[in-house]
This record gives sequence, structure tokens and C-alpha cells, in this order.
Amino acid sequence: MKKFLSGDEAIARGAFEYGATFAAAYPGTPSTEIIENILPYKEIYAEWSPNEKVALEVAIGASLAGARSLVAMKHVGVNVAADPLFTAAYTGVNGGLVIVSADEPSLHSSQNEQDNRNFAPFAKIPMLEPSDSQEAKDLVGEAFRISEEYDTPVLLRITTRIAHAKGLVECYERQEVEVKEYKKNAAKYCMVPANARKRRVFVEERTRLLSEFSETFLYNRIEWGDKSIGIITSGISYQYAREVFGAKASYLKLTMTWPLPEKLMREFAEGVEKLYVVEELDPFLENQVKAMGIPVIGKELLPNMFEFTPELLRQKFFGVDPASNPVTEVEIPPRPPVLCAGCPHRPVFYILKKHRVPVMGDIGCYGLGLQPPLEAVDTTVCMGASVGMTHGFQKASAWNGVPRKVVGVIGDSTFFHGGMTGVADMVFNNGSGVIVVLDNRTTAMTGHQPHPGTGITGKGEVTDEIKIEDVVRALGVRDVQIVDSYDLQAVDQAVRHALDFDGPSVVICRRACALLKGLPDLGKAVINQEQCTRCHACLRTGCPALVSHPDKSVTIDTNACNGCFVCGQVCPVGAIEKVGGGERG
Amino acid sequence: MAKVTNVLLVGVGGQGTILATKVLAGVLQDEGYDVKMSEVHGMSQRGGSVVSFVRYGDRVYSPLVEQGTADLILAFEKLEALRWLPYLKAEGTMVVNDLEILPAPVLLGKASYPYNALEILAGKVRELVTVKAAQLAEEKAGNARTQNIVLLGALAKRMGIAPGTWERVIRASVPP
Ligand SMILES: Cc1ncc(C[n+]2csc(CCOP(=O)(O)OP(=O)(O)O)c2C)c(N)n1
Repeated sequence: MKKFLSGDEAIARGAFEYGATFAAAYPGTPSTEIIENILPYKEIYAEWSPNEKVALEVAIGASLAGARSLVAMKHVGVNVAADPLFTAAYTGVNGGLVIVSADEPSLHSSQNEQDNRNFAPFAKIPMLEPSDSQEAKDLVGEAFRISEEYDTPVLLRITTRIAHAKGLVECYERQEVEVKEYKKNAAKYCMVPANARKRRVFVEERTRLLSEFSETFLYNRIEWGDKSIGIITSGISYQYAREVFGAKASYLKLTMTWPLPEKLMREFAEGVEKLYVVEELDPFLENQVKAMGIPVIGKELLPNMFEFTPELLRQKFFGVDPASNPVTEVEIPPRPPVLCAGCPHRPVFYILKKHRVPVMGDIGCYGLGLQPPLEAVDTTVCMGASVGMTHGFQKASAWNGVPRKVVGVIGDSTFFHGGMTGVADMVFNNGSGVIVVLDNRTTAMTGHQPHPGTGITGKGEVTDEIKIEDVVRALGVRDVQIVDSYDLQAVDQAVRHALDFDGPSVVICRRACALLKGLPDLGKAVINQEQCTRCHACLRTGCPALVSHPDKSVTIDTNACNGCFVCGQVCPVGAIEKVGGGERG
Repeated sequence: MAKVTNVLLVGVGGQGTILATKVLAGVLQDEGYDVKMSEVHGMSQRGGSVVSFVRYGDRVYSPLVEQGTADLILAFEKLEALRWLPYLKAEGTMVVNDLEILPAPVLLGKASYPYNALEILAGKVRELVTVKAAQLAEEKAGNARTQNIVLLGALAKRMGIAPGTWERVIRASVPP
């Protein structure tokens, strides 16, 4: 039966069909839907882990216990998981172990762009790259097989346009795969220097064997067409090249992109007149072709950053511009993403802006706090960085004779991901930063996944809820306050107190994400036009439910309003009323 | 190469373009076409501009539609119709919802909304179809949230696919 699946959905289906019994991940675009689509399978244990390092370690443990295991993460997640990855490459596996890296060329929702194909030679593990949803599913099976046969973790590398593009996929029944027996084997699993040195040699030999395998791997294939142009390509770039060149070129479609099939590549190069590599991001294949001494054109023609498109190839190869139908008369205003109406992060940023202190930001919906009119965040680096950067900023300022208070803001999911150790550092080293935890009771940015603070697992089971206040107190923070994010005055007082406090301080601003299901009805805010002085104080909250009109009047879009009543609290003349809803729940 | 038809569904995050795309793709699959679809999730859901590309034919390679090649654009909002107009081919059709959703820079008074969007489109698009989806949804279904299905209906009329197929797929993919 054919199903219309995204690459992510197809990978989930592959985990099911090829007998996986274990999966773990921390969410991150564009990888999130992989585990989201595995969680409903009752044949597979699956979990959201607190971060990618833990997710991979959990999957390594599951592999040792004999289970076919899959772990998924976005590109930057592999940086977090790199430590276990590089040594799991030495220990090898028991049950097959597949690591999915979902890269994001063009940074649609990421803080950087990186080409995770580089991890394969770096960690010395094989890599497969699907070019559509069908291959995404099939390659999960191939990856498990390679993993078990060659005793290695396998990297399955996709990009946004594989993860989030859909195509028709032939689906089959599940193959039950026997869970392997676990045998204690220190020489293989205890990577102390004496053992690791031996496994180091094994890894080289494995790479050699995998190179041979790559030569005959059916998914590495030559598609002969016109031989005046030869294109070496992989992943989504293969589809773009086919789209643009059709039968007017020959293709070497690589699927196992590490280790590479050198003989096959030479055979292809010899068979064509002019050789190109078409690949997004780094000259990964190109450098290998060049190292083989084969002349090839790659990055001198095609960019080394951002996504490709078929138009881009047409422009670069043939100099043709798309036949577009441009709009010239008017300027088209951009439509950037915004904090939603009723977002509990908004009032906190509104207050932080007033205090005029450096604010070390973090990653999540609250990253949107950098936009006007709030403009409350000074930095965004990586998950958890807010805490360490707050401490470093505060310490360096004091050390160099310009003492000042610094605030870090971090989301609840991010706190569990990478914030806790930073807090330990602040306490340990006598810091006095202020950490504001934006506890909206979920991982909102990636679509509301549960985390250790929510009291519910990915599978929907009830579990103990880890309270952030308990964690920070246990880490030695003495000044801990908890406030309702919607209560502007309470947030203001708590921040003021924390800034005056001598020592590390934590303010937990708690209020559920307004988009979560099952929240109490808070009613709607309505502007009394007779009382309104059109001062626009409310617009400075940046709530998208507030609509300003050409005559300077402001109204509230009742369909959009979620009843947080932050606008009502900033109105200097009390012109905003609350209609309907219960007490502020 | 056999003909591939290109469709864009464009709108604002939260308007239901993703569900509409799912229905459209289901219909095309039912009709026996090879279908590919591409969209970007993530940041775009927070009220940003969203686009879904749908391509169908005997064999589809790229999931992306190229500029100037769309046979049909279904725009859930007028500003987004203008934004994605460069993707429409000269003889293409555009179905646009007569709806304005003001983006943040306009709400903040930093940019102005092109309120004459329909006039501009009329001057550029060979076949422009304007739909008052909110009103129709309210009248026919008593629920403005079914706007996306109303818009799909307008698209369906221009695709030459049996109404029965649409009905079947909608029943299967839309919660009652
Ligand atoms: C290492 C890493 N993993 C995952 C992500 C993707 N990601 C960005 S923000 C975020 C979650 C943020 O959740 P939370 O801190 O609760 O903030 P919220 O979005 O709810 O405001 C995730 C998973 C990332 N950027 N980096």
C-alpha cells in the first residue's frame, strides 16, 4: 500500500517496518516529527529525552541490550551528542543503532547552518543519505543491517527538504527482529585506553570493509544519460539535478556518502566528458573527488551556503533567470513570526526591557523577544547558553571594575536540556546573576512536546513532575521566587528584588503556553473607545491581537485574543475591559 | 518529459494551509498521480508567512515549485497572494481569499498594508478568482473555521477532478 509521507514520517515507518523496538530523541526542527510518529506505535518503546546527549546514550544502552534502536535530532543536536557518538563509534553495537541527523540548510528555524556529513568521517562511522521519502524509509532498514553486520552506529543524514517534503511510499508489514542477547565484553564496551587502542585499529579496518561494501551497495548507482555532462550528487540535490538536466546528463547518485565508492566514482568520471558535483553546503563530495585526483567543478560554480533550488541550478549552469511575474508597484511588508497573542513570555520581556540590564537570551519561542517592540533579548547562542553567559558576563564585569547585574532568560524545556549545569556553576563560583525561567509548561517552539517538568511522558503516561524550584534550590540557589507571568506587577517586583539580591537568584515565571489545549477560558480584552486616549501604550506590548487603525484608534481582534489582559495592565487610563471568562485561572 | 502540474498554497501560519494541502495531496494520490509536496514547519507557524508546494504528474523529481511555473496558486490571504505572485506562470490561475491579516510591522506602524492588493493582482493575473471564504464558511457551515475547505472548493472547480474524490478525502482527513 502506498502512503503519502514526509521524510520524517517515512523514517518513523521504517523504524516500525524494520523491527526497531527502541527510539529516543530531543525535539528540534526538522527532526521532531520522527519520534512524534514513532510514539504511537505500541511495538516500539519511545521517549523524549531531556537533551540529545542523553537521547543518544539511552539509545546506545538499548542497542547493548540487543534492541534495534533509533535516535533522532536536528543538526545542532549532534554537537550536543558528539561526545557519546565518537566513542560509540569504537564500541560498536549489539542491536542495530541508527542516528538520524536532520540538517537545516538556509536556517529556516535554526541558529546556525552546518553540514553534518562531516561527522561521518570525523567520527568514522558510515553515512546514508536518502533523496526522497521512499528512500528515507528503505534506508532505515539498510542502516540497521549495516549497523549489525559491521558493528557500527550508522548516521542517516537528511535535510529539511527531505524531512518535510512528502512523497508516495510503498509500505509493508512489520518484520519482527529478534532482540539480541547481551554478552558482557569489556574489551568491546569498556573504552579505557588499553581497550580503546585496539578498537581504534578495528575502526580503521571496519572503514576499509565498508568502502568495499559501498562499491556494490545498490543505492549507489550510475544513471547514464547524455555523457557530455556527468553529475555526482546525493540527497535532495539529486532531485534538483534530475529536474533541471533530465536525460541531458548522466548521474552518479550516491546514497552511502561515507565511506565513498572510489572505484564507482572513477568509472563514472571516466565515462563522462565534463564532471560536476552538485551538493548543498560544504564541498564534502567534491573534496573527496579532488583527493582522488579527478578534475571536477563544484563550489566554484555553486554556493557553499543555503539551500539549492532548481532555479538556482538553472541560473548557475545556463545563466537563465526564472520567468517570474514580479510585483513592482508596492512594497510587500515582511511577515515575521511573532510571540502569539496571550504568550506568557510577553509580559516578562515587557518588564525586563524596563529594567535596562543586559539580557542573555536562549533558544525557544522566547527568542522572538528580540523583535520590536519588546527588543528585550541581547543574545542567542545555543540551548542553555543563557545561564553560563549570564555568569560569565556578570563575573567579568565585576572582575574588571564595572560591576553590574545581568539577567539570563531560559525556557523550561531548555532549562532541563542545558541550563542546570550552568546554575551549578553560578552557585559554585559565587556568581550573582539573575536567571528568569520562562516556565510555560511545555516545549512550545517545536510543537508542545512534554519534558521532565510536565509530569507526562511522550507515550502519554503520568510520571513524577520535576519541579524547577526544587532543582535550583537543590543546586544551592537560596533566592528563588515563583510568579504568574501574566501578573505584570508581580513579575516586576520579583525582578527588582532579584536584581538587588547579593548572590545567585532565580525567578520562575509560570503560566501555560496560551496554545496548549484544555486551558481555562480567560475571556477577552475589549477597548472602550470612549475612554481610550489613543496613547498606544498597549501597542508597546507587541501583541498581535491589537490592531491599530489609520485614524490612530486601536481595537482588539476577539478571534485572536487569548485573554491574558497584559494590555489592560499597561493601559494608563483603564480603558481596556475584560469580558467573559472565569477568574484569572 | 511528461507534464507536471504545480500548485502553491500560501497563507499565514495558523490559517489551515497545511490541512488543505493534505486534502489536496490525498485527492491527487487517489487519482493515481505521482505527488510531491514541500513545506517548512517551525518558526513559520508563529503567525509567519507559510507556503506549501504541491507537484503532480507521471513522475515528479523536485518537491519545490520554481518561480514563474505555478499553474495554480491558492492564497488564503491577500498580502500573501502578492508575495507569492512571482511563482505564477503567465497563463496561471490564482484563487485568492478576500481577507486581510495585518503583519506585525504594519500593526506597529512601520510598514503599510497594500489594501489595493486585489487591483494589483487583477492587472497581472490572467484568471483571478476572488472568494469571500469567511462569509461563505459562516453561511454554509455556520463556522468560520472551515474557510480552508471553502477555499479548496474553489480550487477543486478548476482542477477537473471528480467531486466524489474530494468528498471522500475530506471525510477521511478532517475531524467532523
Ligand atoms: C541542541 C538543540 N536541540 C534542539 C533545538 C531545537 N529547539 C529550539 S528551542 C527548543 C525548545 C524550547 O522549549 P522551551 O525552552 O520550553 O521554550 P518555549 O519554546 O516553550 O518558549 C528546541 C527543542 C535546538 N535549537 N538546539
